[in-house]
Amino acid sequence: MSDPSAATTPPGAPAQRRPLVRLEHVDKHFGALHVLRDVDLTVAEGEVVVVIGPSGSGKSTLCRTINRLEAIDSGRITIAGEDLPAEGKALAKLRADVGMVFQSFNLFAHKTVRENVTLGPVKVRGVAAAEARRRADELLERVGVASQADKYPAQLSGGQQQRVAIARALAMDPKVMLFDEPTSALDPEMINEVLDVMTGLARSGMTMVVVTHEMGFARRAADRVVFMAEGQVLEDADPETFFTAPEHERAKDFLSKILTH
Amino acid sequence: MQVLLDNLGTFGRGAWGTVVLFAWSAVGSLVLGTLLACLRVAPSAAMRAAGTAYVNLVRNTPLTLVMFFSVLALPQLQIRFGDSLNTQFRVFAVLALVAYTSCFVCEAIRSGINTVPVGQAEAARAIGLPFGQVLTLVVLPQAFRAVVPPMGNIFIALVKNTSVASAFSNYELISAMRNLIEQNGNAVISILVGITAAYVLLVAVVALAFNRLERAVGVPA
Ligand SMILES: Nc1ncnc2c1ncn2[C@@H]1O[C@H](COP(=O)(O)OP(=O)(O)OP(=O)(O)O)[C@@H](O)[C@H]1O
Ligand SMILES: [Mg+2]
Repeated sequence: MSDPSAATTPPGAPAQRRPLVRLEHVDKHFGALHVLRDVDLTVAEGEVVVVIGPSGSGKSTLCRTINRLEAIDSGRITIAGEDLPAEGKALAKLRADVGMVFQSFNLFAHKTVRENVTLGPVKVRGVAAAEARRRADELLERVGVASQADKYPAQLSGGQQQRVAIARALAMDPKVMLFDEPTSALDPEMINEVLDVMTGLARSGMTMVVVTHEMGFARRAADRVVFMAEGQVLEDADPETFFTAPEHERAKDFLSKILTH
Repeated sequence: MQVLLDNLGTFGRGAWGTVVLFAWSAVGSLVLGTLLACLRVAPSAAMRAAGTAYVNLVRNTPLTLVMFFSVLALPQLQIRFGDSLNTQFRVFAVLALVAYTSCFVCEAIRSGINTVPVGQAEAARAIGLPFGQVLTLVVLPQAFRAVVPPMGNIFIALVKNTSVASAFSNYELISAMRNLIEQNGNAVISILVGITAAYVLLVAVVALAFNRLERAVGVPA
């Protein structure tokens, strides 16, 4: 998509687009702990949804159920209309279409930056090595770490590592990208370089689910903000509405804490 | 020492037997141990249980008893390898050494796998790698690094454990020693020293190889 105004599309518009990720009545427990309670969430193609909420509210878990790094107890999750398969080949295939960026980067420590980006395309997609390299270098250029391609992850700064992690996910040509607090492990001066890449990605029309406390990013790039508390989705609104007129007391409370720090 | 120089042929044949037993057993236990470690971390509970049962059973059995199983039970089940008796006994001994040593290899690799942060496997799953490739491409290469020093110890023990095979019709250093002592009762000490020196030398070679390996696989930082 080339429409640069996609990020500022009025709230009514995304609903007309094809739903890409859909969670219906999703419940999840960790032992006795009820972490996701009857969660409903739909993310349309090209939409950017920011998920916020207090610590322990289930944001990471929600994110991880979408590519089934966590299995759910009940309910239904579909991606592009297809149910998430059970563990096995079909699930691996689906995960290839869902990019994920972790708080702690999780770059493959024994592989160079370029190898990190080419591994998936070569082994999962069967792309020829030379083509994968070319594409990797292109993506590394795009996220601004092309000069680091032959280094190992440990030799990079946190911000650089996270941008490589984004390139690694993009190399699979995912239908949707999941970000679980991609900047919270970073030193403050590195947060923006990662957010800039993410904003660019949002502008380019990528479907994104982003768990973050970066409210500037939410205002700038999100189509919707979802507020979670105690495993429930309490609010689901466009950023303007959410930040100026949240419905629930808990959301107001949370916002007052996070916006005044 | 004259007795060793006079019987270099016997001595050499024994040393060669030890080296052959060691080499085949090392390769075999590395392969079987890695497979067992994969079983022990597999997503299926049945596979994990099978791996655990095998390791706990065989690891807690004396090697001599494992040898008896191999040498006595396998032929009863009509399982034999090779034509000559020598070959058959060699294969039985290697099988027993592999069955036994692979338990220790498995446990070393499993503890190595535990040193690899879970995020590595999660990231590998997230790009769509199936379980097998998550292990072989991402987890095991990092686990092997952590595993090199304990693996060295396991293989040093294996060099010495090959001596059990001498009681099961395998010709190796201990068999050579027995031969030499029978024929040269007056030079027992020289013979013992010579055989010990041979083991020490073999172990030193193994230890050196693992030292080299440890340096070669060091994580660049
Ligand atoms: N693997 C697990 N086993 C048991 N409990 C877990 C596990 N993962 C998360 N939890 C618990 O589930 C709850 C929700 O966790 P989750 O990580 O989804 O919260 P979060 O909203 O992402 O919090 P944070 O902002 O701290 O990252 C927490 O109480 C957490 O302790
Ligand atoms: Mg979290």
